[in-house]
Amino acid sequence: MTPAHYIVLSAVLFTIGAAGVLVRRNAIVLFMCIELMLNAANLALVTFSRMNGTLDGQVIAFFVMVVAAAEVVIGLAIIMSIFRTRRSASVDDANLLKY
Amino acid sequence: MESTVQFTAAGVAYAPATGLLSHAWLLVAIPLASAVVLLLAGRLADRWGHWLGCASVAAAFVLGLLSFLQLRGLDNRSVELSLWDFISVGGLNVDFGLLYDPLSAVFVLLITGVGFLIHLYAVGYMAHDEGRRRFFGYFNLFVAAMLLLVLGNNYVMLYVGWEGVGLASYLLISFWYTRPAAATAGKKAFLMNRVGDAGFAIAIFILFATLGTTQYDEVFGNVDALGSGTVLALGLLLVLGATGKSGQFPLHAWLPDAMEGPTPVSALIHAATMVTAGVYLIARSNPVFSANATLQLVVVSVGALTLLVGCVIGMAKDDIKRVLAWSTVSQIGYMFLGVGLGGAAYALAIVHLLAHGFFKAGLFLGAGSVMHGMNDETDIRRFGGLARHMPITWATFGLGWLAIIGIPPLSGYFSKEPIIGAAFNRPGWTGWLFGGAALLGAGLTAFYMTRLFVLTFHGPKRWTESTGGYGARNPHESPPIMTVPLILLAVGSVAAGWLMSTSVVDWLTPVLGGQRELAEPNLGHGTLTVLAIAVTVIGAGWAYLRFRNGTALAPEPAGPLVTAARNNLYVDAFNEAVFAKPGVYLTRALVYLDNRGIDGLVNGLAAAVGGGSGRLRRLQTGFVRSYAMSILSGALLVVAAFLALQLGWLA
Repeated sequence: MTPAHYIVLSAVLFTIGAAGVLVRRNAIVLFMCIELMLNAANLALVTFSRMNGTLDGQVIAFFVMVVAAAEVVIGLAIIMSIFRTRRSASVDDANLLKY
Repeated sequence: MESTVQFTAAGVAYAPATGLLSHAWLLVAIPLASAVVLLLAGRLADRWGHWLGCASVAAAFVLGLLSFLQLRGLDNRSVELSLWDFISVGGLNVDFGLLYDPLSAVFVLLITGVGFLIHLYAVGYMAHDEGRRRFFGYFNLFVAAMLLLVLGNNYVMLYVGWEGVGLASYLLISFWYTRPAAATAGKKAFLMNRVGDAGFAIAIFILFATLGTTQYDEVFGNVDALGSGTVLALGLLLVLGATGKSGQFPLHAWLPDAMEGPTPVSALIHAATMVTAGVYLIARSNPVFSANATLQLVVVSVGALTLLVGCVIGMAKDDIKRVLAWSTVSQIGYMFLGVGLGGAAYALAIVHLLAHGFFKAGLFLGAGSVMHGMNDETDIRRFGGLARHMPITWATFGLGWLAIIGIPPLSGYFSKEPIIGAAFNRPGWTGWLFGGAALLGAGLTAFYMTRLFVLTFHGPKRWTESTGGYGARNPHESPPIMTVPLILLAVGSVAAGWLMSTSVVDWLTPVLGGQRELAEPNLGHGTLTVLAIAVTVIGAGWAYLRFRNGTALAPEPAGPLVTAARNNLYVDAFNEAVFAKPGVYLTRALVYLDNRGIDGLVNGLAAAVGGGSGRLRRLQTGFVRSYAMSILSGALLVVAAFLALQLGWLA
């Protein structure tokens, strides 16, 4: 297992996440895909940290986790309130904010 | 930059004012204060305002007379009174100062003396007018501005007074501003005066640019230091200003229209005083004009042309005030002729100006008296036989008539005949040309004034005597407050010429230069006198024979010359076609350019931005996943760009 494998895994996870964001309609699934992308980024950061022999990447990974946790709190609250008013968690239905 | 001109003030020195003369500022201040009171007090002053107006001018006259008497006792009769620094900026120093010298002294006496009589007359004439207090306010404002004009000791002060009388003239011409004709006439006078005033202002700028001063003594002492081109430009611009104010060709068209104002205004402003300001300007600037022969030729030509134009048009007019107005144009032409001839003729022009002030004011007031008695009718074709009904007006108007046509021993003879003589004495063929024009003008003057007099007061009556209905007339003599000024002015018309013909000329010598006798006059004095009287008598006699039996009630078809004269020799039409019409078209073109060009550009820009945003707005679809697509594409683009740089694809 060389560090390059971890980079490839990170890229694959990121691509799966991005594709999920683009093709899925359910807000919860979308959210999980975003988490997947964030964790792919974390994996890349930690790997680079290991490759370069510095701790910077790992520190940033912790920041990302904190921000992701906060984001989940806000995001789930929003999704909950949307679902309560519309009886739907589809992101395509929540399209009132437009031209 | 340093001033390159050193002031030597050769031959011009003004003494400081002492005694009563140090109060000369009161001459301006009293009428001005009265005007302020009359205009600000509102209806409170309605009952006594006109008497205050008369009293202020009377006080100014008494003060002027006392100052005049004190001036006579002095050796140096040019007294300067510097009040305060008017403008002091960098190299420009304008003194708020007065100059009381023989020339201003006679003007002060004319303005306040004749002005007082006309104020008195206006008390009666305007008795039934609601705006009488306002009228007297403007009238006093005029007197104050006119006195400032003649009393200033530099060109800027002269200009202040010049604009002041212009303002008063505008306000008084349009006094009955609800009449469209009066409002238009006021605007016309104001606009045509602007043309002249612009010239005068530029002349002052030239003075400051070349000499660095506008004080009379410093300017006149240094005229020799100026190049002949500068003097010519300066003089021509001064002449432009003078022609505008004095109603001379080519800016004369406003003066006859100014008769829309009340008759006392025509008498004081548009006959006796303000319109002679141009003559005063040239006489005051005599060192400038004497320094350049071309300049004098221009002034003489303007005078000669205008006096003929005025006569010719005056012969064809039927409105009593307009005939007198054209006669004023023509008589001021004589004065321009005089000041243009230079030398001794400066004083002759001033004498004619003073005499004209008396008899023309008298004639205008007489015309006002006729209108007063005839229910404001002004058409001389509808007068006739009025001598029996208004004897005092008839007698005073008659004396004014004899004075203006120059029958000895009335004043016109003593003042006009020497100018004709001086014109003949101009060396060379121009002497015959200008002398001939002046002599012809005398004959024409006799003709139209006799026509006016005979048609108004003699011959069959051409009005209906009754008390009701349109066109009904009930001619009556005016009240004493109007006839007394008429009588006094008539006395002045009779006596003034003989009294002034030598005394005023001597009196003015310190300001206007001494007598200059010509070695070989073109015409002897005796020949000239006979010739002038003969021409006058022929003109008057012809008019009498032609009009003693009255005339038609309406203008009849006439030859081309008379038709042209009735249309003011088409000068109005010319101005309309050459100046007014292109101006109108230019305005329209500019409005079009503004609406379509400038506004179009701005509006077009706004419309383009608005339309563009309207389309760009459609990108906000509201679908979250398409936003995510955009963000991802952008991120991929950025990464691709980094990679491209990193791998050297773009190098």
